[in-house]
Amino acid sequence: MTDTALHPGSAFVGHEDHHHAHHDADHKPGFFARWFLSTNHKDIGTLYLIFAIVAGIIGGAISGLMRAELREPGIQYLGIWAGMLHGGAQSLDQSLHLWNVLITAHGLIMVFFMVMPAMIGGFGNWFVPIMIGAPDMAFPRMNNVSFWLLIPAFTLLLASPFFGSGAGVGWTAYAPLSTFGEPGPSVDMAILSLHLAGASSILGAINFITTIFNMRAPGMTLHKMPLFVWSVLVTAFLLLLSLPVLAAAITMLLTDRNFGTTFFDPAGGGDPILYQHLFWFFGHPEVYIMILPGFGIVSQIIATFSRKPVFGYLGMAYAMVAIGVVGFVVWAHHMFATGLSVNTKMYFTAATMIIAVPTGIKIFSWIATMWGGSLTFKTPMVWAIGFIFMFTVGGVTGVVLANGGIDDYMHDTYYVVAHFHYVLSLGAVFALFAGFYYWFPKMSGKMYNEILGQLHFWVFFIGVNLLFFPMHFLGLQGMPRRYPDYPDAFALWNKVATHGYEIMAAGMAIFFINLIWSLIAGKPAGDNPWGEGATTLEWTLSSPPPYHQFETLPRID
Amino acid sequence: MPKRMKAIAIAAGLGCTALSGAAFATPAAPPAPKAAPAPQAAAEGAGVSNTAPTSAAAPATAAPTSPLLAQDGAPATTIDPNVGLPIDGRIGLQPQVTKNGVFAHWMHNDVLLPVITAICVLVLLLLVWVVFRYRRAANPVPSKTSHNTLVEVLWTLGPVVVLVLIAIPSIGLLQAQFKPAPAGAVTLKAIGNQWYWTYQYPDHGGIEITANMLKEKDQVAPGERARTDADGPRLLAVDNRIVLPVGVPIRLITTSNDVIHSWAIPAFWMKLDAVPGRLNETSFTIDKPGLYFGQCSELCGARHAFMPIAVQAVPPAQFAAWVAAKGGQMPGSKAPSSSVIPQPGAEGSAVEAAQANAAEAVTGPADNMAVPAQSPTSAQGATGNPAGPGNAGQ
Repeated sequence: MTDTALHPGSAFVGHEDHHHAHHDADHKPGFFARWFLSTNHKDIGTLYLIFAIVAGIIGGAISGLMRAELREPGIQYLGIWAGMLHGGAQSLDQSLHLWNVLITAHGLIMVFFMVMPAMIGGFGNWFVPIMIGAPDMAFPRMNNVSFWLLIPAFTLLLASPFFGSGAGVGWTAYAPLSTFGEPGPSVDMAILSLHLAGASSILGAINFITTIFNMRAPGMTLHKMPLFVWSVLVTAFLLLLSLPVLAAAITMLLTDRNFGTTFFDPAGGGDPILYQHLFWFFGHPEVYIMILPGFGIVSQIIATFSRKPVFGYLGMAYAMVAIGVVGFVVWAHHMFATGLSVNTKMYFTAATMIIAVPTGIKIFSWIATMWGGSLTFKTPMVWAIGFIFMFTVGGVTGVVLANGGIDDYMHDTYYVVAHFHYVLSLGAVFALFAGFYYWFPKMSGKMYNEILGQLHFWVFFIGVNLLFFPMHFLGLQGMPRRYPDYPDAFALWNKVATHGYEIMAAGMAIFFINLIWSLIAGKPAGDNPWGEGATTLEWTLSSPPPYHQFETLPRID
Repeated sequence: MPKRMKAIAIAAGLGCTALSGAAFATPAAPPAPKAAPAPQAAAEGAGVSNTAPTSAAAPATAAPTSPLLAQDGAPATTIDPNVGLPIDGRIGLQPQVTKNGVFAHWMHNDVLLPVITAICVLVLLLLVWVVFRYRRAANPVPSKTSHNTLVEVLWTLGPVVVLVLIAIPSIGLLQAQFKPAPAGAVTLKAIGNQWYWTYQYPDHGGIEITANMLKEKDQVAPGERARTDADGPRLLAVDNRIVLPVGVPIRLITTSNDVIHSWAIPAFWMKLDAVPGRLNETSFTIDKPGLYFGQCSELCGARHAFMPIAVQAVPPAQFAAWVAAKGGQMPGSKAPSSSVIPQPGAEGSAVEAAQANAAEAVTGPADNMAVPAQSPTSAQGATGNPAGPGNAGQ
């Protein structure tokens, strides 16, 4: 390069590579510096995606243990597993406690270590800077801190069953079960794990908000941003406003457990219901944190494969803002059975149902985007269409549950389990797969196998529906959730659900085969494998993009 | 194209409400609520056989031995295989035996289920249509339409109308559920423990019952009581059922001695958390005699799945006989005591909460007629319970 030519043989320049670092957009640091000291948003995004895949395998395996135990009435395997975990024969109570440890781990892993890292840390890191025409995130080193905080967080959670009996308090960790109900270090470790994961997310949220507000390329006004960027912006605000409340709540749990405070203990003037208010003030925005980036991903994909701009762009963007705002004032619909007053229950019933309106706008706008389009059904599009329908099914059961009077029956039954798995396992996860297939060629530079991708969709689709739809029936018949054993009258649908899990697991095997095959032998993907419908900035770059993109900022008209 | 879409969007709004009866669940016609069930005359004669013998861990309540009633005194009943418990392979709600339950059952099966089914079918049909009609082969040149204000307004207002139509019965249901128990209601206090329920009848001479799940034959020591089919299904049967009268309003008060539990009977459309340090209150009226099962519905530790709830609903006369057999008294059977059942959340509830603790120690009957008038919104006002120390049940 010209610069090198100006300093031939300079003794102060270490070696050629180092010298190039300032000028070659595609120069990469050595392995350790690149992956452990990274400040590159794409590398950190890749790390997040790898982390989420690992966590997803663990969380999914735990749900496999749960479905195996629930395959038939009676306690089949818990005693064996408890013996393997703690050595020797275990009492019935220890076996049953292991069940609670499993459900807690499954929930926390899937929420905090799979969906959130994949959506926000993975796809958000990878594509938000590129889509707004920025060279990187606003705070690259803070970005690295965000990721690396997740490692000790996940380690603490995974190690907790080996120090004590495991945290069996549910992902909600309701006091007083989580205070004096479970002594020992396990629950403390789980709480600290959440603290770290929460800190990680707060730092990430600050980073995204700053990046989106300050680093848009010239001409990229807020109302020209791709909807995925909008979704991450709204999500980042939700994280920033809700996670400190969770941090406060679990800090109070920690002091109640260890330092004699009585925030949630009525014997000292505290209130167990206070914990639930604090938790769900975080917990409800959290469910939108998990789904909103999925909305953004699906919007990009539907527009791309319809070869048509998103229908009602402003409505779509502000529907997400509305969902975010209203999502903050509906939390107590998770607490309809705690003895709320009639006025509170009426308010939260009405407020919760209002969320269906912006959600409906999104569903109809996606369909309207396809209307009049020229559709191709590549794997990402198939997942996105699957998302729209499955999310609708999960959404309408949410309308049922929103009714405080109806919830007296449904609350804490499998109907609720079915509902939130339809919006998460079939909503958020479908969006994740859609996004993964959509951006895999961009991220890796290689095409995935289309046949395996389509096969993955159909096997997974059949599996999860067989797994989760019967749970509606179980709930309507009254089966409570978080039960390791159930009356024999719930046997049939539980058996069906377990078979559904087996099919779903086969679908995941196809996914991993596809992933490995594509990484090794995938055909090279061009800059834009999706054609004219793909209009966002990432498709103007090479696949994979240069290590530093947009050294000259793009100009958006 | 937009015009056709608009027409479908309108149809969505209207069709949802019109479509009823498209439910996939078969609504088992719930029994019509009876104002007052026919009293059965020979209560003692009807209830002699001992279907629920006292377990080894029976509560300390000294029951007077009556030649006509077993020590436990639970009247004979046969389990109706269709009501009060889950049934394998069913896909709908359990049949309801309370008025609010029948209302809610109707609302779910005849309002919500048709509406949500219609929405799902609409979305599915729209998707199938666009996938078929606008596939690349059929529509090689995409339109450039990206706005249509009218359509957007319609699909915003359409769901609003549907939601308002849902909200009307929903608010009505909430009002009905929060109607305070009238004077003369039977008070049942359910206290959650890890992992069993204790029950008190503060108006009936302080009867106290402990209900443990009955284990299977192979899980108990020789001589210990194991579950039989007459007790109920596995994981639902308990050693001591609670007995409640039909046709008489029941005031349920829940609290807990340790962690949060939840008292739930699906057939009553009833679920109320039992929270330490709080008294939650609700009321219901059982319209049909029978045996009703429920399970703890809030994660409470290892044996969360093993603390079921079993309610036996009997005619009032039989209930009176059972109360007598338990060593209690029916309210009004002697001069009303001065003791007042406090209404949590009512005026001056701190004072009354203190009285509540005192009332538990009272073995004599308390008179419901002396209940002070409540404001209609305070039926579960115990959420404002300021009375510091918990363990109200101890």
